[in-house]
Amino acid sequence: MFTIETGSGFWNPLLWMLCIVVAFIVFYIIRSLGSKEYKKDTEQVKAFLSGNPEYAKEHMHVKSSNLYWGFTESIKFFYTFLRKLHTGNVSDYILFFVIILAIFFIIGVI
Amino acid sequence: MTITIPDYMPALIVAVPLLGAFLTPLISKINGKIRNGFVIFILLVNTALVFLLSYDVITNGIRTYIFGSSQEVTLPIVRILFEVDAMSVFMGIIISILVLISVIYSWAFMEKNTGLDKYYTLILLLTAGMLGMVSTGDMFNFFVFLEITSIASCALIAFWTHHAESIEAGFKYIVISSIGALFVLFSIALLYGQYDALNIAILSDAIQYTFLDKVALVLLVVALAMKAGIVPMHMWLPDSYGKAPSTISVILVSATLASLYGVLRVIFTLYGNVLDVVTRDIEFLNIKVMTGQWLGWLIILLAIASILVGVIMALRQTDFKRLIAFAAVAEIGYMFLGVGVRLASVFVENGNGLTVVHPGFGDTALQGSVFHIMNDALDVGLLFLVAGAIYYATRELSLDKLGGLARNMKYTTIFFLIGLLAVSGMPPLNGFASKLIIYETTFQLNPILGIIAILCSILLLATFVKVFHSIFLGPPLPQYKEVKEVPKSMLLAMGVIAGLIIFIGLFPEIIYTNIVQPAADALINYSSYITTVVGGI
Repeated sequence: MFTIETGSGFWNPLLWMLCIVVAFIVFYIIRSLGSKEYKKDTEQVKAFLSGNPEYAKEHMHVKSSNLYWGFTESIKFFYTFLRKLHTGNVSDYILFFVIILAIFFIIGVI
Repeated sequence: MTITIPDYMPALIVAVPLLGAFLTPLISKINGKIRNGFVIFILLVNTALVFLLSYDVITNGIRTYIFGSSQEVTLPIVRILFEVDAMSVFMGIIISILVLISVIYSWAFMEKNTGLDKYYTLILLLTAGMLGMVSTGDMFNFFVFLEITSIASCALIAFWTHHAESIEAGFKYIVISSIGALFVLFSIALLYGQYDALNIAILSDAIQYTFLDKVALVLLVVALAMKAGIVPMHMWLPDSYGKAPSTISVILVSATLASLYGVLRVIFTLYGNVLDVVTRDIEFLNIKVMTGQWLGWLIILLAIASILVGVIMALRQTDFKRLIAFAAVAEIGYMFLGVGVRLASVFVENGNGLTVVHPGFGDTALQGSVFHIMNDALDVGLLFLVAGAIYYATRELSLDKLGGLARNMKYTTIFFLIGLLAVSGMPPLNGFASKLIIYETTFQLNPILGIIAILCSILLLATFVKVFHSIFLGPPLPQYKEVKEVPKSMLLAMGVIAGLIIFIGLFPEIIYTNIVQPAADALINYSSYITTVVGGI
């Protein structure tokens, strides 16, 4: 009911969940050993933004375009290439169909 | 308990939605609610019929139905024949569930739209077309159902006619579909011209792998792969999925998968006899290349390109639905990867004679791929429904403009989390089980390909974590303070899919053994598909 053979191994979600429960118990034990000296509602709990003032909460939301900026910037060349391919022009879509058809013909038929 | 299934059951699963489609405009004249109830009733009945037929096929074997004739198979077959095997019913189950869920969701989601009689009529026509594609045993009939599916899909993509981009997407879809269908028709003509037959089983039995057969194979595979959305022929897919109403995007997922079914049927059944035929003898490398090998490696290359391009493009998108569409392209890549591994894993051993070796992991790869069809349909389907819920509540799909919605839409947030984890292949949800099989088998063929597949899955997780943060987390935005949770019918639809995802994730063996393995076996043991018709005389 739970186990499937994957060819060179197996997958059992029940076993996996058991591991997760054990991991959480270990995590909880480690957490409970931590320091309990933090003081509620003091300077200690305020966010420190390198000395900059804290903006209003609604202005603090990081926009989607800003996430993973470093990753996307590092493969910018690839994005430039992909963007050139995605022209939105339907005749280009057909062109790619013809190209793939030609490749299959050369390798499989001729 | 023994259930007796009537002979005409394969025809009934297409006839019921077709009848519903013709009756819907009439019932619509009475009352909108009665019409909605009628469409749901028709689809409930049809889903029940599909399940009954599935039970029968998986228990007793292939079912055939000849239109307008006695049920004894006599050659030459000049009538339309439906031949339903485990793979057909597997696809039938996916299609029926997705359409039913989508129509339940539509009740509230499309409530304020006009022209709903046409909307529901087209959905039922599309259902009949898709079920016909997966049930038919006749190549020309397959083309007819492909056309029905394409025309109904095009009209539904462009349903929001007040959005110029929807009409543009519909236009692009019909151009791509028409060209694909024309090439399918041309290849059917090539086969008919040689073998004087249109029946898949008869063609498969007779096929000689002549020059024209090779041309027909290439045309069929490439045209249907384009309809399935494989890179670089995928570009219509984000346009169509992104601009159609969310309910239609869900149904389009199953339409795309029906085209993938076409690819599988062509490769493994129609050309099943010739996959192990040696087509190249490369002497200096001392290897013999078979049809399955060159086809398999080409499919693997396109599949890896689909996974890479799909995931990397998804990461950069700021439109929620377009992002899901690119993720769907990546998921299509995973399915094709398993198919490619099955084909490419077979090799010729040069011993005392020529021995064709079928390594065990090849068949497992195909099973993983078939399993992933079901998982992808549910995962991507759920994400599209969540996108619909967000649009319904906020009239916005730009990730840059959304935020903090978890406070107002708690259930939708939970459903998105389930969809996110499932589509990214996170354990213990359903996507993980099928992807694990694909990873392992791909790794056995070529470790680098396996590693790419795993890394792209992690990238997909990162992409959807971004979406989760952008839409649901963060401080409450003033413009969305009044946003409320979506109506119950929409929550019910999302809840059912989420429930199925969790069920398959926790009990994978039930689905894998009873539905997936018989479906994959039906493709691998193609001879039973042939002998049911040819051996019946």
